[in-house]
Amino acid sequence: MNEFTSSFWDLYISVITIVSILACGLLMLGQSKRRVPGGQAETTGHTWDEDLGEYNNPLPRWWMWLFWITIVFGLAYLALYPGLGSYKGLWQWTQVSQLEAETARHEEKFGPLYERYAQMDLNALAAEPRALAIGQKLFLNNCAQCHASDGAGSRGFPDLTDRDWLWGGTPEAVKASIAQGRTGVMPPMGPALGEQGTKDAAHYVMSLAGLAHDSVRAARGKPLFAQSCAACHGADGTGNPLLGAPNLADKTWLYGAAEPVIIETITRGRMNQMPAHKELLGDSRIHLLTAYVLSLSQQ
Amino acid sequence: MKAPGAPAQFVEQALYEVRRTIHPRAVHGWFAGWRWALVWATQLVFYGLAWLPWNDRQAVLFDIAQRKFVIFGLILFPQDIIYLAVLLIIAALSLFLFTAVAGRLWCGYACPQTVYTEIFMWVERRIEGDRVARLRLDAAPLSPRKLALRAAKHGVWMAIALWTGFTFVGYFTPIRELWHAVWSASLGPWETFWVLFYGFATYGNGGWMREQVCTYMCPYARFQSAMFDKDTLIITYDRERGEPRGKNAARRTGLGHCVDCGVCVQVCPTGIDIRDGLQYECIGCAACIDGCDRVMDKVGFPRGLIRYSTAHAMENELTRAEMFRRAFRPRVLVYSAALWAIVIAAGVALWNRVPLKLDVIRDRAAISREIEGGQIENVYRLQVMNTSEAPRAFRLSVLGIPGIGIPDEAVIEVDGAASRLVPVRVRIERGAVAAGTHRIEFGIQSTDDPGVAVREKSVFIVR
Repeated sequence: MNEFTSSFWDLYISVITIVSILACGLLMLGQSKRRVPGGQAETTGHTWDEDLGEYNNPLPRWWMWLFWITIVFGLAYLALYPGLGSYKGLWQWTQVSQLEAETARHEEKFGPLYERYAQMDLNALAAEPRALAIGQKLFLNNCAQCHASDGAGSRGFPDLTDRDWLWGGTPEAVKASIAQGRTGVMPPMGPALGEQGTKDAAHYVMSLAGLAHDSVRAARGKPLFAQSCAACHGADGTGNPLLGAPNLADKTWLYGAAEPVIIETITRGRMNQMPAHKELLGDSRIHLLTAYVLSLSQQ
Repeated sequence: MKAPGAPAQFVEQALYEVRRTIHPRAVHGWFAGWRWALVWATQLVFYGLAWLPWNDRQAVLFDIAQRKFVIFGLILFPQDIIYLAVLLIIAALSLFLFTAVAGRLWCGYACPQTVYTEIFMWVERRIEGDRVARLRLDAAPLSPRKLALRAAKHGVWMAIALWTGFTFVGYFTPIRELWHAVWSASLGPWETFWVLFYGFATYGNGGWMREQVCTYMCPYARFQSAMFDKDTLIITYDRERGEPRGKNAARRTGLGHCVDCGVCVQVCPTGIDIRDGLQYECIGCAACIDGCDRVMDKVGFPRGLIRYSTAHAMENELTRAEMFRRAFRPRVLVYSAALWAIVIAAGVALWNRVPLKLDVIRDRAAISREIEGGQIENVYRLQVMNTSEAPRAFRLSVLGIPGIGIPDEAVIEVDGAASRLVPVRVRIERGAVAAGTHRIEFGIQSTDDPGVAVREKSVFIVR
């Protein structure tokens, strides 16, 4: 706060707060006794419904102590916690430090569990139902939003239950995908190929995948593919896991296999991102998640 | 209110009243017997129930960390909050009913404040003696004897209070583990806090605050008074019969039956004189009835100078039978009917409770997908809660669209008193229904007991 306000406001707040508390104390002292005319039943002077008076009966004494306790509590609180302007409090408490302490306690409690599994080989983990159950919970909390609860993905989000992998299906590759994330880019080829060229290339791609296609267009598209697409997708269209370039010769279609969809993909390109989770989850949880994700495709 | 021309004599008046210690005299009799019976009944349940084992676990445990309440064979999850609401409604209606019929019955006999005060006063009496001895001790200067008596009293009070706090926490943390934790000094910070806090509250309320809790703090005390009517049984001094009061009434003519012995005032735990009529401090404990009856026996007058009676009965001199007949007035009948209805409904609901819960959560992002072979697939997460103690297997089914089905293994195993989150795929043939949302229903049934089954609605989306 101090970066953009002067220390005047610290003083302002502190003085008002402390003076108010002390004034409450003085008020208590001044108001605990009073002089009344002797021998009279004292009323508050309020009268309702013509003749209904209110006796000014004294409060119980412990009630007064409650007031004093609130004053003491308030002063102690302001001494221990940051309440007076930029004063940090004797305990140096902050929300962030509380969060960090809670996280540390959590880590202390569950860390050893994850650590034990982190030492185990991925194949051994796949045979450990408890490890997979934890992996499933991690998956449902962190991955299912995009890849669906069963891991089969949806349009634009890869299916993790098949054996087709954009970036490679080895344990190391899967782990790297989770930890570092991936950015898959298909550049827009529309301007380079032109409308007819794009359509021809699309039909060639459909022929590679064994889909129904126009063979004349496919034949025209073949040289276009070699020229513009093969660099990433390979001469035979089987893709390149190093670039995340999909295999076009199989039946897996991230965005759909219909002609207009493929034309759109070629014309406008695609941009897809898997976010990095290393910072968020840490190595031992990612190890468990990798085991779980691999188990999905090995069912 | 100042009278004109009054002499201007001013006195210093404290605005906060110092509590006048009340030393009620011990009382025996029919109603004191009832109170002690309820002290025993409630405290045997409170201190004992926590230790009762049931199926290798504590019979009654409110496990907040696991969000699981077990009460004998009944296992309640947070979704069963309705039963707590019903319990509170039953408690409220009972209070209305009892109060309408016989005033502050709850206050006088069963309220924890009364029960613990009774126990603490018993300890006080055993150690320091009865009323007169205590008054004398209060007035006496500090001596080794006084110090020893006071130390003994507070020591026993604190022991009872700590045991009460420990028992209370034992309903939320398994009490046997808690016991070991106490002796190995490994009690958690919150457990320590609650044992001490609840103990302190018991010690403070039972030993020090006593009638002040009822007079100044308790809201129920106030609103029960508002539920009295002219036919409510209240503790009543029979003014007609008693007045004019006077000592030695037996041998003097022209006096009422009240011998002005002051026993009714001495036994009163709130320090009032019941002969002044119904007062808001009166907790309806009937100690003055027991006290007065003994005196009446001694002086040879019939009992009941102070008795349970109603405003109506006093005004119109009704007989006991006439008075009790008026207990069956519409107000009481309506309370009774409502109470019975809700007790029976709750009982039937508990009896027919299916020990299984199902919650269906649709996947939000992956709305609908086409899969090879032209089928359309939606994904759901099913939260299956087995609220019985035995592990169970459940068969899953889905209905609502022709040809709808679950492609994978549809048997789910769930441990006893546990819940499991299972992703489930549901498929239909393309063209079976138009694009849009369609109501479907999941059904889940125990494989070994077809009676254990529930259904839950959801939607299937085709785009």
